[in-house]
Parts: sequence; structure tokens; C-alpha cells
Amino acid sequence: MIDIRPDFPMLNRKYQGQDLVYFDNAASALKPQAVLDAVLDYYQNHSSNVHRGPNFLSEEATVLYENARRTVADFIGASPEETIFTSGATMSLNLVARSWGEANLRAGDVIALSRAEHHANLVPWLQLKDKLNLKLVYIEVARDGSLILDNILETPNLKLLAITQASNVLGSFYDLKDLLQAARQRGIITVVDAAQSIAHCPINVKDLGCDFLAFSGHKLLAETGIGVLYGRRELLEKMPPFFGGGAMIAEVTEDSFIPAELPAKFEAGTPNISGAISLGVACAYLTKLGYDNIIKKETELSAYFLKRLKELDFVTLLGNQTERLPLFSLAFTGMHPHDVADLLGEVGIITRAGHHCAQPLHDSLGISATLRASLSFYNTTSEIDKFIEALKKIQLLFKS
Amino acid sequence: MDIYAKNILDHYQRPRNFGPLSGVVGHHELNHSCGDDITVYLKTEAGKIKQLSFEGHGCSISMATTSILSEALVGREIAEVLKLDLSDIQKILGIDISLRREKCALIGLRAIQGAVKESILEISKSTH
Repeated sequence: MIDIRPDFPMLNRKYQGQDLVYFDNAASALKPQAVLDAVLDYYQNHSSNVHRGPNFLSEEATVLYENARRTVADFIGASPEETIFTSGATMSLNLVARSWGEANLRAGDVIALSRAEHHANLVPWLQLKDKLNLKLVYIEVARDGSLILDNILETPNLKLLAITQASNVLGSFYDLKDLLQAARQRGIITVVDAAQSIAHCPINVKDLGCDFLAFSGHKLLAETGIGVLYGRRELLEKMPPFFGGGAMIAEVTEDSFIPAELPAKFEAGTPNISGAISLGVACAYLTKLGYDNIIKKETELSAYFLKRLKELDFVTLLGNQTERLPLFSLAFTGMHPHDVADLLGEVGIITRAGHHCAQPLHDSLGISATLRASLSFYNTTSEIDKFIEALKKIQLLFKS
Repeated sequence: MDIYAKNILDHYQRPRNFGPLSGVVGHHELNHSCGDDITVYLKTEAGKIKQLSFEGHGCSISMATTSILSEALVGREIAEVLKLDLSDIQKILGIDISLRREKCALIGLRAIQGAVKESILEISKSTH
């Protein structure tokens, strides 16, 4: 793989004279120059609203916005009409819960989730459960991070399965294809949270066989405040609009309205134009780089990380599935992860500590908080060396 | 590294007044975002803190701060304790607290103030 580090200006950032080691990619990824250039180009040369004015400027902005949609749709194997721009995975999941959920679920219906869900794919369903008097059932997660399916699809009145493609805590990657296919055979609607997985593996929604799929742009090298909801066309067409306002209507009278066609129906108000453009460029960047290259590099990084981690007898790794993301949650003997993350930060190493928006998972593992190091293809083995050496020094401090 | 000053580490590793007080119902305080979990036990006498203990788990800042406060606040007027805030904690700890660690530094104080308020309620109940 060619050296892509020069593509990421943030990697030049120093902290108190030290190089930045960015190991918090699962929270938000760094942006390549191409993405930053595209955002600046929109604001400097094409700044205007989309789908509005009959003038050249608005047309330029509209072309940029809709081309971005086409690029993103191609990136996930969907059609542009099925590719809804949202503010992020959280909004995408809320949209499914509120629009599809409220229109299709009734008291007594059951929703299945996994114990590994991020709060974004849990709280909207909890809200819906209370509102409609539904029942939630959970797919348990084994200590190694794998899913314990236990005939979950045979649960009576199961109408919807909402599940993550990768755990943002355990790093385990879930090949959902068989599960999603089995759900479809039973008429169970499926929602996949791809917020963590999409930066690490190629996704084709038709091949995967899901009904809905959600992800955020900022974890995929694009801006914050942009994300996508993919939905199968026949489902989206029957769903009521979630937000009302401009752009999502075909016609409005004093006492009624006709919603616009897809995808505008779900994009009320002025959208995040620069965000969408940035996401299109990010997808093009990743396509050019190639997922085979990304996976090869990240597999090497993971193997090296795990090898060096073995040197540390005061660290426990959560989950140890072989099929994994380059994401590692660590618990320490005698040190709190918050202290460790703080001290790592002081030597320029960015990680995260806490329950990573997955409190039920931490509860089920009996752990209150962990330190998470999440890598990306632009990280290096020498950065892993720095991380390991820094952990050793911090541990000495606490041992004294 | 100044936030891990020797005193902080010492209190973190050897917390003072750790454990429940007999006959006292603890006041529980939880920091949801990082999982810090502290219960404070308090005895007052004539408007002053007579005895203070705590238990729980958390980071060095949260645990050490509570440990230090459990010594520093004994004998202080409860009205005065209710007025304490972050700047007082900074003075008591003798170190600067960064924005990202404010919650850690404050959880112990919040638990102690919660326990003080509960004890005031108890006293007013028993005298009416």
C-alpha cells in the first residue's frame, strides 16, 4: 500500500512537541485532504441552497449534492432513491423506529436486539417499546464476543431485528448474512447498524440482505453531521415521512400535503450539503484506496497490536474473536481506564475511556469502564510501539 | 503528570475512611459517563460534620478527592460544606483540574453534599 499518511493533515498535529497518535477512530475518523478540499470548494465556489433557485449556482450545488448521493449509493450497492441523507447513524435509526416502527408495530410485537448494541441502536427501540407497549428480546454475547443466537428468530410475534455488524466495544465483526436471510424468510424486518463496520469492510446492502442499514459519515473520513439511511425501496415508499418541512413535499394545501418522492420525502429542510459532498468524496477516496488494501493493512496492525499486548500482564482484552476490527477495549489491574486515557493523552496518544455508549454490554460483562484503542489503516506499528511503551510507563507510576 | 501528584496517588491506593459507618444510610452518587460510583456515610453533630466515610470505585481523581475530603471536612459547619464548589476542591487538592476531569473531581463533593442534605431532612423530620 502506498504511504497514505500525507493524505491526512491531522497526522502532522503535535501536542507539546510530540507526534499525535490517533487511536480513537471508532469515535471519529480523521479526514483526508481531498475531503477538506471538497468542503472548502463548496463553500468558496458553489455556496448555495440545493433544489431551489433557477440559477446556475443553485444548480451547481444540487449537482454536487446529488452526485454525492450517487457515489454513496454505489458505495453500498443501493440505488440513489434508497439512499437517504441524515445527520448520522443515530438519526437514521431513529427514523426507522419512528416512521416504520410506529406505522407497523402493535402492542405485543417483539423487537430483537443484540447485547452488543450501541445506545443509538437501543434507546430508540426502548422509546418505542414504552410508546407502543412492545417487548424487547436480546441476542446474548459470549465472552469471546460472538453472538449466541439461540433460535432468537423463532420468538413469537418477532417483527423486527435491529443488530450491529460489529461491536464498538469488543471489536468483533459479525457476518450477518445468514441471520438476515433467515429473518427475511420469516418476514422479519431487519435493521443493520453499520456505523462501526463500514470503515473496515465493504458493504453491499443487496448482498447482505438487510431491509435498512445505517451509518455515519464522520467515522468514514467525512464531516460530522452527515449520515445515511439505506432502506429497501418498497418499505421506504410505504413509510410516512418522519420530519415535515420544505423539500419533503410535492404539494401543500391549507389542510393537507402530498409527500415528495424518494429520497426527498425523508429529507425535510435544507440538508447538510457540505456534509453530503464530503461523504461522497470520502467514499470515492476509500474506493480508490481499495478495501482489500485497507483490510490487509488493518489485519497486520491488529496482529501486531495483539502480539505486543501479550507483553503486558496488567491488561485484559475484552473479546477475542478472530474476525475483528482493529479495535481493542482494555481493562487494567490497579488502574482506572480514565486515568490511563488521560495520561496517554499527555504523551499525544488519543484513546477513549468509559463504557463507549454500550452500558448494557459492560454490565453483562461485569465491567464498569474500559480503555478503547481503535485503529485505522493510516496508523502504524511504530505508533503501536509508542502506545505499549506508554502503558508500561503509566503502570510503573501506579505501582509506585 | 501533576494531576497524579504523590498525594493523589497515595489517597487513591490507600483511601482513608473507606467503608460504611454503622447505623448510617449511605448517599449514593453515580457518574454515568465514566462509571464512577461513590456512596458517602455521614454523621453530624450540632450543625457540624462529626464523621465521614465512603465506599465505591472510580478513577484516581474521584477516589482520591473523596478520600481527602473525608479527612478535610470533619469538624466543618454543614452550611459551609453545602457552599463548596470546584474552586474549593482545587484549593484542597492543590492541583489544577482540567475541564475533562471536573466531573471526576466533583463526584465526591456532590455525594457528601447529598448526604448532608439528607441528614438535614432527617433532623427536621425527627424534631417535628
